[in-house]
Amino acid sequence: MIQPNENNGLSHGRIATIEGMALGMVIEGSVANGVEVRLDPGVSVEQIKVGTFVTLQGTNNRFFGVVTDVGLGSTDPRMKFTPLPADDPFVIQALQGTVAFGTISVLPQLTLPDVLGDEQGPTAAKSIPSHFSRAFTASQEDVETVFGSEEDGNFWIGSPLDMETKLCLDLGELVKRSIGVFGKSGTGKTFLTRLLLAGILQSGQASSLIFDMHSEYGWQGQDTDKGVTVKGLKQLFGSKVSTFTLDEEHSRRRGLSTDETVHLGFNHIEPEDVELLRESLNLSEVAASAAYNLREKFGEDNWLKDFLDAGKNGSLLELAEELQVNAGALRALYNRMGRFTRHGFMVEHSRVDTAAQMIEHLERGQHVVLEFGRYGDDEAAYILVSNLLTRRIHRKYVEAKESAMGGAGKEPRPLVIVIEEAHKFLNSAVASQTIFGIIARELRKYNVTLMVIDQRPSGIDSEVLSQVGTRFSCLLDNERDIDAVLSGTSGGRALRSVLSRLEAKQQALVFGHALPLPVVVRIREYGPTFYETIQGNETEEEKKRKVDELFA
Amino acid sequence: MTAPSMDRRVGEVVESTSTSFVAQCYQLEGAPALGGLVRTDSPDIYGVVGSVTTEPLDSARPVLARGQDADSEEDVIRDNPQLARLLTSRFEVYIAGHVDDGVTHQYLPPRPPRVHSFVYACDSEEISNFTTSLDLLRLLLNSGASHSDEIVGACIRQAVSSHDRPDDFLALACRTLAVELSADVARLNSILRRISP
Repeated sequence: MIQPNENNGLSHGRIATIEGMALGMVIEGSVANGVEVRLDPGVSVEQIKVGTFVTLQGTNNRFFGVVTDVGLGSTDPRMKFTPLPADDPFVIQALQGTVAFGTISVLPQLTLPDVLGDEQGPTAAKSIPSHFSRAFTASQEDVETVFGSEEDGNFWIGSPLDMETKLCLDLGELVKRSIGVFGKSGTGKTFLTRLLLAGILQSGQASSLIFDMHSEYGWQGQDTDKGVTVKGLKQLFGSKVSTFTLDEEHSRRRGLSTDETVHLGFNHIEPEDVELLRESLNLSEVAASAAYNLREKFGEDNWLKDFLDAGKNGSLLELAEELQVNAGALRALYNRMGRFTRHGFMVEHSRVDTAAQMIEHLERGQHVVLEFGRYGDDEAAYILVSNLLTRRIHRKYVEAKESAMGGAGKEPRPLVIVIEEAHKFLNSAVASQTIFGIIARELRKYNVTLMVIDQRPSGIDSEVLSQVGTRFSCLLDNERDIDAVLSGTSGGRALRSVLSRLEAKQQALVFGHALPLPVVVRIREYGPTFYETIQGNETEEEKKRKVDELFA
Repeated sequence: MTAPSMDRRVGEVVESTSTSFVAQCYQLEGAPALGGLVRTDSPDIYGVVGSVTTEPLDSARPVLARGQDADSEEDVIRDNPQLARLLTSRFEVYIAGHVDDGVTHQYLPPRPPRVHSFVYACDSEEISNFTTSLDLLRLLLNSGASHSDEIVGACIRQAVSSHDRPDDFLALACRTLAVELSADVARLNSILRRISP
């Protein structure tokens, strides 16, 4: 009887991780399509999953790749027409692994250094291993060589498929370019984002500004599946995080004392904002562009207030005639803006520059969460506020960066701006106008990057999407969304099959700038254990910092 | 090779070709079983019994039925003592390997056994030693015999009992067959069913 080799680890239902397990040998392939590995008898296809890491030991090089497909092969093409005794275990076992065998397609992505721990890191694979090279599952050491280890200051986000190995991300690299977190509703985008933010906060690589649409990141969030509350950033990091709110009452009800309450003056709203809100407010193009005429007439600071006053006094018709715009359009603009400006956070004139306050906090190395409270459901409010604040902050960053380049100041601290429902800001109709579109395109020139969270990536302008450096994609099933997420990625076709087979929870395909190769990650649990590691580390660091400060 | 015991001597080579030889038995009906491993002396050549024939010595004198009035088959033999002299058993052996300088090779020897070489049935130890590798299956499968599948099946069935670890041997046999017959699953299946325990 053919016995599977007891030592291959398969008998335990989990692939051994310390030592790579022998899988099979390379039988054909090409650089473009990857190599085909025939599995050894005793290795069942059922235990190899798409997305698993594999090393290929060639004659002179060792390759690191990922399983992109799993298949069944046969040496005899007539086998499928030959009646075989399916109920005779002896015959079936004898055929398995010999004339009927499993195959895996492996895309070699990297060439590993000959000696582990060598100075020289992995490099992109430009060739493939020769015929009959042996394939192994990647060992813990291999994974650490490729992705870095926690000891080297990288952030542990989860484990690769079927491995207990800690998979780490280089957060410094991550925040250098924009980040995208995609996935359909309920796949764990929020948890993943919380985890990433906690990592960024802990590492201190960048400040972050979070436009918290549903009040999930600041104080505490809900795990709707388990029916428990999870800790937010403020609870984990205390004074490192400042919370701003648009809706003080809402925050108070939730037992959260916020650092600042945001009020926006009419004087802060610009015609560009109105343009951006066209879709949400259902304004015609003519109506939106009337705002520019109004600004010309009343001046930058007062145009909205004067316009609303004129509307109240019933002099809209004259105004329309004077500006030579359609009276109906102007009335529509008046109605919509009037309704909009009745929100609690809008005031006629605000001397407090919220953006400046935020920058102050950010400059101090703090992280800012802006809670929207009940306005979170008001799309227009979310778009307006985040756009308005970001524009100001971005302007300050540009100034700071430019003076730093001129040698007059210090480099501004890297900033990550987190926005949800990103397709509303970055769809092709408005991406060219919103500040987020500009940030996404300008990239890291001014040390400001975006973290976009969205469930409909197909709605995001393709030019903007192509600038998203590192993408985290949870399960997506809409064809167009999958296309959008994978656009501009090499090997997109192979990743497609991986992406559409992700589990609905806690799994994400991560690829792009911060990683040497795409990887499916079982996201680490965001819960008590995680809090402990975060807070434990923080107190140590804090202590050290305080001691350093004392004796500096 | 040590001197084989006389009691395992089953016959003598009477016809010989590069791939097979025919041996005549010393005893009527004394041929080894189909698929059994046999060996000739000087030179040491191993082979697998592919067919057994019992026929009249003189082909011009066909055997006639004689037992119409007898009570049992034994009576027929007893009443016709001349039969043992008029009939003979022969068996055809497909060459499966040879020993050269003490090393066993499972491919054809440079020369077939000489006529009149003695033929011995192998004992358990010899069988298990010779069948640690199974390249002989390829020789048998390609022997050209119309019933080569039967010979292979019988050979494996007989060899299994000689091994200390029959399961391992059977696994090796299956793997070897699968490699040899990778392009003919139907034939592979039919042999596998013959050796299924």
